[in-house]
Amino acid sequence: MAVLTPEAAGLAGPAVALSGARGVDLTQVRAYGDTLDDGQVMLTFSLPVPFGDEAKEAGRQLVRQMGLHEPQVYHAHDLGEGFTYLILYAKSPFSVDFTKISVPKVTSTKLDHTAIERLWSGHYGNARLRVLGACTGDDAHTVGIDAILNYKGYHGDKGLESYKCFEIKNLGAQVPNEVLLQEARAFGAHAILVSQVVTQKDCHRSNLAALIDLAEAEEIRDQMLFLCGGPRLSHPIALELGFDAGFGPGTTPGAVASYLVQRWVELGRQP
Amino acid sequence: MASSLSVPPTLVSDFAPTVPGFSCPALNLDAASVARARTLARNAAEEVQQFTASRTTVSVERTILRLLGVSGATADGQPLVNAVVDHLHSAGLLASGVARPFLTAALQHGMSPQVLAEQVAAERIDLRPVSEGAAPSPSDQKALLALGDQLGRAGLGRILAQRQTRDSQLQQLGCGTQPLRYVIVASGNIYEDVVQARVAARQGADVIAVIRSTGQSLLDFVPEGETTEGYGGTYATQANFRLMRKALDDVGAELGRYIRLCNYASGLCMPEIACLGGFERLDMMLNDALYGILFRDINMQRTLCDQRLSRRLSALAGLVINTGEDNYLTTADAVEAAHTVVASTLINEALARSSGLVTNQLGLGHAMEINPDFPGALTLEIAQAALLRHLFPGAPLKYMPPTKHMTGNVLRGHVQDTLFNLVGVLTGQGIQLLGMMTEAMHTPHIHDRYLALESAQMVFGGGAALGSQLQISAGGAIEARANETLAQALALLEDISAAGLRNALSRGLFADIARSPSGGRGLNGVAERAADYWDPCEELLQSELVRLGHLNADGGAQWPY
Repeated sequence: MAVLTPEAAGLAGPAVALSGARGVDLTQVRAYGDTLDDGQVMLTFSLPVPFGDEAKEAGRQLVRQMGLHEPQVYHAHDLGEGFTYLILYAKSPFSVDFTKISVPKVTSTKLDHTAIERLWSGHYGNARLRVLGACTGDDAHTVGIDAILNYKGYHGDKGLESYKCFEIKNLGAQVPNEVLLQEARAFGAHAILVSQVVTQKDCHRSNLAALIDLAEAEEIRDQMLFLCGGPRLSHPIALELGFDAGFGPGTTPGAVASYLVQRWVELGRQP
Repeated sequence: MASSLSVPPTLVSDFAPTVPGFSCPALNLDAASVARARTLARNAAEEVQQFTASRTTVSVERTILRLLGVSGATADGQPLVNAVVDHLHSAGLLASGVARPFLTAALQHGMSPQVLAEQVAAERIDLRPVSEGAAPSPSDQKALLALGDQLGRAGLGRILAQRQTRDSQLQQLGCGTQPLRYVIVASGNIYEDVVQARVAARQGADVIAVIRSTGQSLLDFVPEGETTEGYGGTYATQANFRLMRKALDDVGAELGRYIRLCNYASGLCMPEIACLGGFERLDMMLNDALYGILFRDINMQRTLCDQRLSRRLSALAGLVINTGEDNYLTTADAVEAAHTVVASTLINEALARSSGLVTNQLGLGHAMEINPDFPGALTLEIAQAALLRHLFPGAPLKYMPPTKHMTGNVLRGHVQDTLFNLVGVLTGQGIQLLGMMTEAMHTPHIHDRYLALESAQMVFGGGAALGSQLQISAGGAIEARANETLAQALALLEDISAAGLRNALSRGLFADIARSPSGGRGLNGVAERAADYWDPCEELLQSELVRLGHLNADGGAQWPY
């Protein structure tokens, strides 16, 4: 285990710009509790076994099988009906090479409201980008799509309706994929935003993948930008499912607006 | 007028005990505004009830068939009540009600309602000629009325018998203290739900709510049987109700505490689910007069008609209804639109009372969803919660935790929920929907519920008498905020009163969502009652609600103010 020295911690000598925490070897990064490379991790789970010493030992053994060392049960609780809840800490010996990590990202830079509108009008004047939004499948949770599209927006950031460069149609909840594409054609949509909140049994993934399949079958996949968002979605997952971009929790309308306008300009398409 | 059913009159059991000192600190509200707001809400409700009393819907007619003794489904899963109602509705015969042709045919063929419904579903008996036939002879008419009376009594009697069972179990076992700890199960598989619910009861839960599969509110039928597949929840079916009821009775008997069961009488099958809930002794139902219109785009005429019967049956069943105002503010801004919650609870109260629900059945829901980072958020939360508490004295208000501001940082979420529990106990709420730290990320894991219950136990135990020990400063921020919200709610109610509730809904006065009277789902299942409309249960139900003290002798609502 590396020992952090005053120099490495920046307590002695001139401050050095580092890309990680001070003293860390970015080719071998381990979990951190209070000492570099201590590998401390917390785990919490329930087991379908009765509460007692055997349940705690079962927890420890399970954690060892995960490859972790020195598992300690901090807390165990009898849930009844033959279940036990456990909180454990353990040490992880594993490391990752941080210098080799590559994560696909939405490449647009985040612009402010005026800059977005200016970028658009500079290319397309008074034309508008038609954006169609919906929660698809059985999903009835419109909080996310509403936060992005509605004028009011989210977290103090106004929604897409507030931009002069967008024409918005929000289909709301529980829209079947077929209907969404029908509406997209009728509306002449340039971009489709799909929100998926319900994720039980991974229904969000199958539902999103089905939309892309359908769009491909109808030969309109390449005519529009397909975006998705939701608490359990991210840009890499979106790419994997065949979307152009994906947005995770905490995304503000401005981030989506920035992407849409920059991507459209980048593609050199006319609205 | 028929004589009363065989069950002796009982009062609805007291909702749940409180620990000494449990109350909300006094709050100085403008009394004239409160009185005016209640009057306006009552006027809006009366207008709606007049509209609904002259209409029927496919789901109302299916409910009547269920009360008359029809249950089950065809081999391909179509409920028999749907088969019979669709059969008549497709011939344009909804407006007269299904009871007359159905019971006339039952008499002609000498069949029980169940057997007749099976025959109709199998297309072996056609009810349409019965409906269009010549007027019945006086003796046939007498036999028809007698059969309707007999079957209607039996159906309503099943609901009353379950109410009595609840009353006696509550007397024998007792139940948890207020605020009742309310948790959800939502695995999608009723058998897993049963395990999760029993564990939750052992960890201190007083109410188990089985969340429905997402999308069920838009199904125009109630699925049948025990189900193991659902998304975001588990289908509400009569068989699932029965299975969970039994599990909670068993664990409740062991724990010495009656465990309440909650489901959703909402969506396109609102009155049918209330009826099934009555048959299977559910204790609470999510049941909001406006929610489906706003958030599920169900046609407003349909929902307003359906809520009336669903609430009359819930009144008879001794059920507590929970309204869904929490959702308003996930759409509209919590700080600016708090008054819409207040206005809506007042209207929901007025509609509920006019259908026979009494004070201790009014689990009016509220939640403010204020961003916890907003300066003074906790002050605002307390102000809103205290305002609602003082507007509805004695009602078991249901207080709901923030969901919009859960971030995925589950530990932060646990703290938010804990603060929320503190507000709940401090302001004397009746039912506390316990927040889950993993809200917005996944449906609760078995230990999410335990951690929530353990936290609630600590806060409710430690904070039980806080409300009687603290005072809200006269002229301070809490009092000012409560009165400001009340004043805005009153202004909104004035607008609604001037426009009428249906117009107000179409102008987007609630939750920033506008719905037109002819838009949304389910309008084709609504009909204005024809002159010969007949529902053999309606008068029986009314007289039972009067007899049990839910309505005044003249059929009017019980207003305690």
